[in-house]
Amino acid sequence: MHNYTIAELVKGLQSKQFSSVELTQHFLARISQFNDQYNAVITVTADQALQAAQLADQRLAMGSAPALCGVPLLHKDIFCTKGVRTSCGSKMLDNFIPPYNATVVENFEQAGVVMLGKTNMDEFAMGSSNETSFYGPVKNPWATDCVPGGSSGGSAAAVAGRLAPGATATDTGGSIRQPAALCGISGLKPTYGRVSRWGMIAFASSLDQAGPMARTAEDCALLLNCMASFDDKDSTCVDRDVPDYSASLNKSVKGLRIGVPKEYFSEGLHPGTEAAVKKALADLEAQGAELVEISLPNSDLSVPAYYVIAPAEASANLSRFDGVKYGYRCENPKDLQDMYCRTRSEGFGEEVQRRILIGTYCLSAGYYDAYYGKAQQVRKLIEQDFVNAFNDVDLIVGPTCPSPAFKFGSKGDDPVAMYLEDIYTIATNLAGLPGMSVPCGMVEGKPVGLQIIGNYFDEARMLNLAHQFQQVTDWHTQAPEGIS
Amino acid sequence: MIIKREEIEKLATLSRISIDEKTITDVTERLSSVLDLVDQLKTANTDSVQGISRPFQVSQRLREDKVTESNQRDKFQAIAPATDNGLFTVPKMID
Amino acid sequence: MNWETVIGLEVHVQLATKTKIFSAASTSFGAEPNTQACAIDLAMPGTLPVLNEQAVHYAIMFGLAIDAEIGKTSVFERKNYFYPDLPKGYQTTQLEKPIVGRGAVAIQLADGSTKSIRIHHAHLEEDAGKSVHEGDLPHGSSGVDLNRAGTPLIEIVSEPDMRSIEEAVAFAKKLHSIVTSIGICDGEMSQGSMRFDVNVSVRPMGTTKLGTRTETKNLNSFKFMEEAIEKEVERQIDVIEDGGTIRQETRLYNGDTKVAKAMRSKEEANDYRYFPCPDLLPVIVSDETIEALRRALPELPDARQARFVEQYALSTYDAGVLSSDASTASFFETVATHCGNPKLAANWTMGELSAALNNAGLGFADSPVSADQLAGMVARIADNSISGKMAKQVFEAMWQGGGNADEIIDAKGLKQVTDSGALEKIVTDVLDSNPTMVEDFINSDENKRKKKLGGFMGQIMKASKGQANPQQVNQILLQKLNELL
Repeated sequence: MHNYTIAELVKGLQSKQFSSVELTQHFLARISQFNDQYNAVITVTADQALQAAQLADQRLAMGSAPALCGVPLLHKDIFCTKGVRTSCGSKMLDNFIPPYNATVVENFEQAGVVMLGKTNMDEFAMGSSNETSFYGPVKNPWATDCVPGGSSGGSAAAVAGRLAPGATATDTGGSIRQPAALCGISGLKPTYGRVSRWGMIAFASSLDQAGPMARTAEDCALLLNCMASFDDKDSTCVDRDVPDYSASLNKSVKGLRIGVPKEYFSEGLHPGTEAAVKKALADLEAQGAELVEISLPNSDLSVPAYYVIAPAEASANLSRFDGVKYGYRCENPKDLQDMYCRTRSEGFGEEVQRRILIGTYCLSAGYYDAYYGKAQQVRKLIEQDFVNAFNDVDLIVGPTCPSPAFKFGSKGDDPVAMYLEDIYTIATNLAGLPGMSVPCGMVEGKPVGLQIIGNYFDEARMLNLAHQFQQVTDWHTQAPEGIS
Repeated sequence: MIIKREEIEKLATLSRISIDEKTITDVTERLSSVLDLVDQLKTANTDSVQGISRPFQVSQRLREDKVTESNQRDKFQAIAPATDNGLFTVPKMID
Repeated sequence: MNWETVIGLEVHVQLATKTKIFSAASTSFGAEPNTQACAIDLAMPGTLPVLNEQAVHYAIMFGLAIDAEIGKTSVFERKNYFYPDLPKGYQTTQLEKPIVGRGAVAIQLADGSTKSIRIHHAHLEEDAGKSVHEGDLPHGSSGVDLNRAGTPLIEIVSEPDMRSIEEAVAFAKKLHSIVTSIGICDGEMSQGSMRFDVNVSVRPMGTTKLGTRTETKNLNSFKFMEEAIEKEVERQIDVIEDGGTIRQETRLYNGDTKVAKAMRSKEEANDYRYFPCPDLLPVIVSDETIEALRRALPELPDARQARFVEQYALSTYDAGVLSSDASTASFFETVATHCGNPKLAANWTMGELSAALNNAGLGFADSPVSADQLAGMVARIADNSISGKMAKQVFEAMWQGGGNADEIIDAKGLKQVTDSGALEKIVTDVLDSNPTMVEDFINSDENKRKKKLGGFMGQIMKASKGQANPQQVNQILLQKLNELL
């Protein structure tokens, strides 16, 4: 059952081929059997899941259940789940049990989706390797000595390892697309404002966006249909109809103009990755799409701009973790300042502290204009690059990340080496554009991701291209060794 | 660019993070490395560019002034580090 | 040397909305701690702000009331600092693009002159919670009550245009009068609905360069503000005259102990790192909204004052006092129209009633004597049924809940004697029974006679048990005495 796609599971549930309870038991069993290998799931909600599955089976029996009713999923531990520990991968929130659901969680709950548990992640979503989690690193199912990517590494590894057919994730600079690429699955970061951020613990509010991870583009479409909604609790959520993303999957890609940014094929790109991406582009061309070389001239400024803007916003977003209202508080504080400083130094890991310090620096008196002000201007330039490009092309396609999954600890002590992992994904967050990654090859036994960037709210077209690509390729059907 | 030790200390104070003697050199080195990266921004020509702080500019929605929240103190305080008689408690604030 | 005082004010006005600025929790005053603090107010992870329309409208109404530019696109920013009563670790406020731009407020001074105080801007922001240091708390602890956290405020920032305490107080009172008249603030100073930060500096009279200023924060009454400025001006002059220099600092004034002190420099060593709040979008106000709010704007104090002068023939001063806030003004208008004698209505509203309310710590809205009751009594004074002195007894009885004026007048038998035959008899009797006084009167010169009249009046009023109409008695008495001369 764990090799079925979500689309197949939906059919199986609705045709009573199997029940939601059976399905849920199967995945819970897989989690208890294999999670030790991956460390992808940090909270398992077995009892709750079985109860939800029973309810789903009742709804299915009545015959009018929503599409996803009875399908089991995992949620990234960044989404608040009522009554279930929501840690954000941090010691700071190790004891935090929210009394409310994130809108994303609520949407799935309403649709009868069964939550199996919560997935591991880089602490507060800050990382590209899942090495910053308080709960230890997640291992890549394709090579357990390698990282799964981050920050949604737990969700990606769980889907790749068939611990769940799909999972929710979030993307601030590549946190859905890069782990999807490194784990050989499909993942989509929607347009900023497409999915509600309510109840999703903020890293960088103007960049964060939630999206689905699954093995196929078709499944991503099914999940996004449920995930995307207008939510008046999030002022930045856009009031715009949610199309049926499944409806346009089978359209022909003939005549589609695909921009290939030359800046995404520069030095630093692994030759194996480059070859796989170029092969994929050729496949798309063979399907009738038209390839157009384009330029995104300010691409090289996206990482520097991001590492001002994201830490600046994070430095404020993470001030609420002060030991007063919830979460961790240090033992025996000697006074108020001691409580603040020790709570935050003990509760936050090294990378989180570093980003808070950088953000504080970039906003502080005397540096604001040179850093934050300048980064905002560069953000405008980057946005303009995409606006210009989309005057000429329908979609942009390139590599998701510069190389396949790397070994634990291989990026050394220099944070910048890790930051460059997101060199191709960050720009879309700065511009607020949707981006997705689908598997497009293998290098050294590890998956390669193809990135598809769309215009604002053009997720349906991206999913259409990805689905059509998956009709002529089988990279998305491959499983890591040991999974049968 | 090398960030000065006093600056690190000021940042630590502003962000209420304590950095101990053992790690301050490492922290300084790594922050400096990140600042080298972000200093690349200086190469950008941004004359007459109006910066943006978010992806697209739409206007703020306004909420009707109607009370819909009820008292949930017990629920919230059940997960608080320290409370007393309905108050959150903290080490004495000095004024 | 003569010194000139320069004062600027920052005034925090709590807006009279039902809910918080960014959450749908109640703002009502006096609830049990933390029972009106929802997930957003507690800055629970993942929660997000949504702006209260009424708060925006109230801010715009204030802008219209002071004839200010309205910021058609205003932006919220985060002001970062740590304090237990600030749940998010930043205050959401406005800096670069406030909702209200430059404007001006006219104040009237005791000498009858007026002065215009410029407003630099007014912005929307959220209030912090309250820290609790007293009471039954665990040893070494302070408590935090977040009910107030997120209450909408406008902060009104004046230019340093005031040159005396009198001007500063007049300005503060005028703002109070404006915000209560247009109904955007309940004006309850004792509940912290209006709080003042005062910026004070001094300079040698005749010079133009501003001296170094200090800021005394969080004064919550006109009286405390007056005291704080007075003390600070004295302190600054003392320091300079002793050869010292003024340090730019933040100060606190404790109105109960009358002690002012500087905050420790460590506490104010802050770098607020303002930046645009990414959770909130720019607030765009349409011309239609502005015009609709302008049309619906209640009468402003200045307009009301002019109307009172015109419509009720009051002096400018009386009209000013009575129009200063909406509840006083509407009380007065009810009394005036119901009793038909605006002048008497004004005297009683501003005099006896106002004093009694002040003593009892009540506002006009909570007056034990209703406007209708007062009007009933004033009408009896106007038609000479009772004297002013009797009216005081009637008023006292009404205050104690004794019913309407007519019932009290009947019950106490307070009817004034106006029958001239009866009054003439009383006057004649008194004169007859006091021959020495009459002799004395006749032998006195013009000036002394006037003073001696009072003695006869006293006797006559006593003889009539206070019920004689004084004006009539005075007339009859003068006539009789003149006949004797």
